[in-house]
Amino acid sequence: MDRRKFFKASLAGGTLLAAGAGCPVQARENKTMPPEAVGLLFDSTLCVGCKACVAACKEANGMPVEFSTQEQYWDTPLDLSGKTLTVIKAYRHGSAENKDQAENGYAFVKKSCLHCVDPSCVSACPVSAMQKDPQTGVVSYDKEACIGCRYCVAACPFGVPRFTYDQALPQISKCQLCRHRWKDGKYAACAEVCPTGATLYGTVADINKEIARRKTLKAGSQAMFPRGKLGGPDQSYPNVVGKYIDHVYGEKEFGGTQMVMLSGVPFEKLGYPDLPPRSDARASETLQHTLYGGLIAPLAFLGVLSYVAKRNAKPEGEEGGQNE
Amino acid sequence: MNEAYMEEATEAAGEVENRLGISRREFLQFCAATATTLGLPAGAEAAIAKAVEKARRPSVIWLHFQECTGCSESLLRAEHPTLEKLILDVISLDYHETLFAAAGHQAEAARKQAMKDNKGKYILVVEGAIPVKDKGIYCKIGGQTAIDLLKECAADAAAVIAIGSCASWGGMPSTDPNPTGASSVGDVLGKPVVTIPGCPPNPYNFLATAVHFLTFGKLPDLDQLGRPRFAYGRIIHEHCERRAHFDAGRFAMEFGDEGHRKGYCLYKLGCKGPETYANCSTIGFGDVGESNWPVACGHPCIGCTEKGVGFAKPIHQTAVLRGMMPPASYPRIVEEQGKSSFAAAAALAAIAGAAAGGAAMLARNLGKSEGGTQESQQPKGE
Repeated sequence: MDRRKFFKASLAGGTLLAAGAGCPVQARENKTMPPEAVGLLFDSTLCVGCKACVAACKEANGMPVEFSTQEQYWDTPLDLSGKTLTVIKAYRHGSAENKDQAENGYAFVKKSCLHCVDPSCVSACPVSAMQKDPQTGVVSYDKEACIGCRYCVAACPFGVPRFTYDQALPQISKCQLCRHRWKDGKYAACAEVCPTGATLYGTVADINKEIARRKTLKAGSQAMFPRGKLGGPDQSYPNVVGKYIDHVYGEKEFGGTQMVMLSGVPFEKLGYPDLPPRSDARASETLQHTLYGGLIAPLAFLGVLSYVAKRNAKPEGEEGGQNE
Repeated sequence: MNEAYMEEATEAAGEVENRLGISRREFLQFCAATATTLGLPAGAEAAIAKAVEKARRPSVIWLHFQECTGCSESLLRAEHPTLEKLILDVISLDYHETLFAAAGHQAEAARKQAMKDNKGKYILVVEGAIPVKDKGIYCKIGGQTAIDLLKECAADAAAVIAIGSCASWGGMPSTDPNPTGASSVGDVLGKPVVTIPGCPPNPYNFLATAVHFLTFGKLPDLDQLGRPRFAYGRIIHEHCERRAHFDAGRFAMEFGDEGHRKGYCLYKLGCKGPETYANCSTIGFGDVGESNWPVACGHPCIGCTEKGVGFAKPIHQTAVLRGMMPPASYPRIVEEQGKSSFAAAAALAAIAGAAAGGAAMLARNLGKSEGGTQESQQPKGE
């Protein structure tokens, strides 16, 4: 094939593809919140950094301890990992004197799975290992189905799913909202153990109601704060209302998440990226489903290639024959 | 240096031995213990021994107002070798309603006499809050209201020490709705005084303050609330023996559960250690070792020394963490991980070098044998 013919063929193929892409294909919408969605509410202004949630999570999920210090006294994970499903991180700035202030302040933040409404990990999973429960919305993981491709690790914008590289038979580890404890009438261990109610478990509807209530409270005044599970036994206690920034993380980000957060410090500073309301899964699935919809475009492209190949092959065969 | 101190101390002890009827050894032990409580350097026990053995004992007048006498009781039960003897002999306790043998007018006369004899030199210790509502009629001794009595005694005192939370900041009698208008010594006198808050305070904190005054002629370093810094300089939570459990997130969830039996942190049970200044955890109570204090016994701290915490907040209400900056060991928002060693970097460089070399060789061979391939690939690249 000479240069001229190649360009012609390429152009023809490109036109066909463009025609296919130009067809009126509807971009899919973000997925919507499941009807009985459950989740967590993390309020950074209430968190005292005791790490009870980290310890309780390990116990509830049978995870091993992880050391980052020279003295291996107790569990000191630095980040989420194959051994750690939730971790409390500390934000410090300047003299770090004032809690929940960006300037010369400090704040604590919880890292764990946000249980996206439209999760990238589920979208990226080529098998059915990562799944989102249609009722509760919990993003779960099935190690029997997993092929270990780690697409979910790469797809998650929050860096949540982690791979247990140090195991002979590795798997993905991520928070599944303690769904294995539900049958005993228990809920997420992190919320169950939280002494200040900084981590709360509840239905997304209840959580939204609680957020709306907190927004009406006056900063610095006394108010009652629930602990444990919203809609569960009353464990509320009085505490001082924190000064919230006007941003509920997870309300809109990435099509919404089932774990939402309140804070006094901007979330970018707490390691939560500024994300658009459009989910990645929606964008990638729209693109993929457009390109491969009904396999029309690939088949057409194959047709073009075959035609070009056939056309080019004929003169070459003749030439070959002449040479013989 | 130390030998000279010891000689001095031993000499002093010899004289005290006769006067107090305690052994030399016991006396020196007391002096050393006091010096330790005050956080004084080695050798200070000699100065204390010297001061205590002096025949001239400072006169102490001890007033009782709205209180339970728990502070006095606690002091009497200080059992570093026969301490009650030392209290009575180190200081000349000229007026103390509970310990007095005298009664009625006799007792009041003794107080007036002591005040006259030691004008400007005696130490006034106040135990209990002072009711100020309705002109102070809720507490009277010998026909005098507590307000008058306090003002009269404080006028010529060398130092005023408020012992216990009631005298320090109102304590239990001042709890809402405070029907008698219970007030602190400082509020009634209108000037700051030394305060030894606690319910009861550790007797050694009082004793160490008194002995400091006796030894050095001045009061120990005080904070803005008049509390001696050696005792109330730090938050209980900072030097609590259960602190490691807090940092590791291990909590007793309810009384008698597994965590409680294992001695985990009592924060979730309402421990006020994180907002209470005192040295309970390091000094202990009852002279049976340092692990004898409420938290060590399994009960959360109620913050008895702290105004606005003790007797104000419910016992099991979660405490506010004061001055709790994140520990250095806490993970940062962006945590650098997997720092490569030099050996690892060298190994990686070697592999990269080998790969680059191999690729170069492969490319050269490709060029030689299949010139056509390269040519046909070029348009794609453009």
